[in-house]
Amino acid sequence: MLALQILIDGFAISALYALGATGFTLIFGVSGVLNLSHGAIMVAAAVAAWAAASVLHLDIYSGALFGVGVALIMAFATYFAVVKPIQNSRRIPNEEKEIFVLTGTLLWGIMIQELIAYFFTNNAKTVLPIVEGVVDIFGNRTPRNNIFTALVCCLVIGLLWLLVNRTRTGKAVLAASMNPRGVTLLGLELTQIYIVVWGIYGILAGIAGVLLGMFLGVSSYSVGPLTASAFSIVVLGGLGSVSGSLIAAFVVGYLETITAYMISPAYRTIPALLLLVFVMYIRPQGLLGRR
Amino acid sequence: MANFFTSRLFFISLVCVVVAATLPLYVSGYILGLLTVAFYFGVFAMAWDLLFGFAGEVNFGPTFLIGTGAYTAGILNNQFGWSVYVCILLGALASVVAGFVLALPALRVRGPYFGLTTLVAVLMLQNFVVVFADLTGGEIGLTIPDVITINAGANYWIALGFMTISAAILYGLSQSPVGLVLQASGQDPVQAGALGFNIVKHKLAAFIVSAFFSGLSGALLVFYFGTASVGTVVDVAVGVNVIVSAVLGGRRTVLGAALGAIFLIVAGEFLRPTGELATFIVSAVALLVVLFFPGGFLGAALSREARS
Repeated sequence: MLALQILIDGFAISALYALGATGFTLIFGVSGVLNLSHGAIMVAAAVAAWAAASVLHLDIYSGALFGVGVALIMAFATYFAVVKPIQNSRRIPNEEKEIFVLTGTLLWGIMIQELIAYFFTNNAKTVLPIVEGVVDIFGNRTPRNNIFTALVCCLVIGLLWLLVNRTRTGKAVLAASMNPRGVTLLGLELTQIYIVVWGIYGILAGIAGVLLGMFLGVSSYSVGPLTASAFSIVVLGGLGSVSGSLIAAFVVGYLETITAYMISPAYRTIPALLLLVFVMYIRPQGLLGRR
Repeated sequence: MANFFTSRLFFISLVCVVVAATLPLYVSGYILGLLTVAFYFGVFAMAWDLLFGFAGEVNFGPTFLIGTGAYTAGILNNQFGWSVYVCILLGALASVVAGFVLALPALRVRGPYFGLTTLVAVLMLQNFVVVFADLTGGEIGLTIPDVITINAGANYWIALGFMTISAAILYGLSQSPVGLVLQASGQDPVQAGALGFNIVKHKLAAFIVSAFFSGLSGALLVFYFGTASVGTVVDVAVGVNVIVSAVLGGRRTVLGAALGAIFLIVAGEFLRPTGELATFIVSAVALLVVLFFPGGFLGAALSREARS
């Protein structure tokens, strides 16, 4: 019975991790950017959805949509205000751009986090779930919201797969992640591909953020842990590999759930961290990473 | 090295140190306390700059080294009541061991992968502190029975002296042939190796030196505070402040890192009336510096001097 409960609970949290990490890894794969403001954007989406419902008195669906919209705007703002100026800067040597993007997005994330804390306080906020109630799965009472979260995550990841593999724009994105120079030689504007990718990222992070707000609730304190978990999932799966991130998300999600149930919720993150260190030693490029 | 003693930078630093040394004669204990913390932070930032600016290692976990030194010294004093100076020395040595542990992955993985390993190291240390709360005081913090002195002026002079000596050693090291080899191996390890330099040995040395100063400074800081807690010496946010200080002051300048740290701490205190917006303003200023003056304070000043 416990095994079934772990299976059900772990699935929802893993699917949520997967959705959060997919956008993160997509940006890295295409433009080599590790966006450390990731957690801040997710929290901003959830807080916006919460504020839309409780301050602006919108209904649940418009609120969720508003949250995703805010995340989209934030993603573009991150790209145009922080990432693009650093990438185009002539005063920063090329080999140091990586650390500048890391520092810049980190500071940007802290700014977003502080603004959220200033206007909406540090208190945890829970977005009203779209579906309520519980269902009984073989004797396990499961909130419907868990199932809803898992379904939406799988659906969105499926749509992303269709977009990347079946549409012209998606194929251009895929090509850019394999060989940016080749794409430019074929006459595609790299900047436009970057804008598309940041747009996709914003929507993914927004959906993940709003769902997280419904599932666990968020506060401005969740910014750091969210970024760290996305970062470690993506590295575990192999930087830039979307399928690797999906596998890693489920490994981490289940490992955490099993630890929380079998040992103690206080030790929840420790086995995942140990696994990460272990993988880094024997396979530094991650599970499915290419070098 | 010889022409350094006649350079403008040397005189400016000398004047700054002399002026700073006379401060206890006419400013309040409050400002002295603030600067004492800022000076220890300056050493953290300089030690970080040696690793990042010269060895090219993106260390997201400066607090792994700082925290190990600080907690080792604190626990030894708390559990066994050993003398303060023995504890500080042992704390610094423990930090060197931690530097060794951190150097092992650095020799295998690079860039973001190494960055994540260091981040994980900090999270592990943080979990360790919380799980072994009997020994470490957990989330409440560790009480330390002894202090070096309770005189604000004396504490200030110790911090200033420590920072000046550390700055001299770290800056001297960075300008020496060893520093040049480090810089070369950070930028292009293959070519530096092809020129016959032992990269592994140099990088290991950089980790050990950086860890020694981080740990020493961390240990001195806990004996100044009289307590060690996750929020002051281990938390990722503390590490972020160290990194921001070094980038703000100018990476690859060593001395700039100390300037950045002093600026960050003093600015944070001056902005205290703005309440919760203080961190926002400091981050925004830091972001603007990163975007428009990537060389940092000292980098911008030095390049102007070189041009004129």
